[in-house]
Amino acid sequence: MNKAAIPLIVFLLMAGLFLFVLQKINTGEYDPRDIPTELINQKVPDFELVNLLDTTDTVKASDYLGNPWLLNVWGTWCAQCWKEHPYLMFLSRQDVPIVGINWRDDMAEARSMLTSEGNPFVETGFDPKSDAVIELGVYGAPETFLVDASGMIKVKHKGAMSPQVWQEKFQPFFK
Amino acid sequence: MMIRSILLVVLLSISFQASARVAAYEFENSNQESTYNDLINELRCLVCQNQTIADSNAELAQDMKRKTHELVMQGKSKKEISDFMVQRYGNFVQYKPPVTSTTYLLWTGPFIILFIGLFILIKIIRNRKVEKPVELSDNDKSRAADLLNSKGE
Repeated sequence: MNKAAIPLIVFLLMAGLFLFVLQKINTGEYDPRDIPTELINQKVPDFELVNLLDTTDTVKASDYLGNPWLLNVWGTWCAQCWKEHPYLMFLSRQDVPIVGINWRDDMAEARSMLTSEGNPFVETGFDPKSDAVIELGVYGAPETFLVDASGMIKVKHKGAMSPQVWQEKFQPFFK
Repeated sequence: MMIRSILLVVLLSISFQASARVAAYEFENSNQESTYNDLINELRCLVCQNQTIADSNAELAQDMKRKTHELVMQGKSKKEISDFMVQRYGNFVQYKPPVTSTTYLLWTGPFIILFIGLFILIKIIRNRKVEKPVELSDNDKSRAADLLNSKGE
């Protein structure tokens, strides 16, 4: 074999590898920034937050023992949250209990989003200082957890919810 | 040109504002302060993943610093606080990951590559053709000697 061809072959191999990985990133199959969660099969942290819509009330994880429920971290500053909002509305109409955590947001803006776009949440905790968010190991929004009837976290999805994500990851727990 | 210089001034003033926003925490003793400073230089910001939370001004990093300070003030040890973060964010949150089965390659990789490099280097040096010195005939040698001697005189 011609020795001069070796650099060219190495280059083509590397270019092929980069293209392959880039494709995976573009289709969302691979996220280099993704950090696997440590909380699967762990008890959901017992956060306690002020209720976004009624500041005299609190939202606690322990209030939801007994049924599977979703925990959705969102903020009005997060574009993907707006994108997934209609689908959360759809899920709530199917009687899927969703508890919201409104993260690092302005209270008035968060309330107005729920008024204009509809409120898919049973309750929403207001978390301006990442108290519950750090407990949950969340580092971006939206993130959605599934907590089973015994209070164990079974699924965590980073990014917007969609029919496909729901069917693949979440639906099996609601039968 | 004018627009450029205005933009420069505006951008510079924004950066000053940003640094002025870094929260200063108070401590009861220097022990707490050094624990806090050690920790924020060892914990990774999850948003800007190649910065420590000390370097990063991301909002999550600020909140993690606040949480770290809170735990330090509660009397938690450095190890306890580090474990607290690892339980929530995984080993990735530590700038110096522990040696486990998953990070084995991470720790040994550089040495493996170093040895591969050394091996290739040695091979290349060994294969290098040694240039043989040009053989001089007796005639050439005496000519060379004559030339050298004549130069001296």
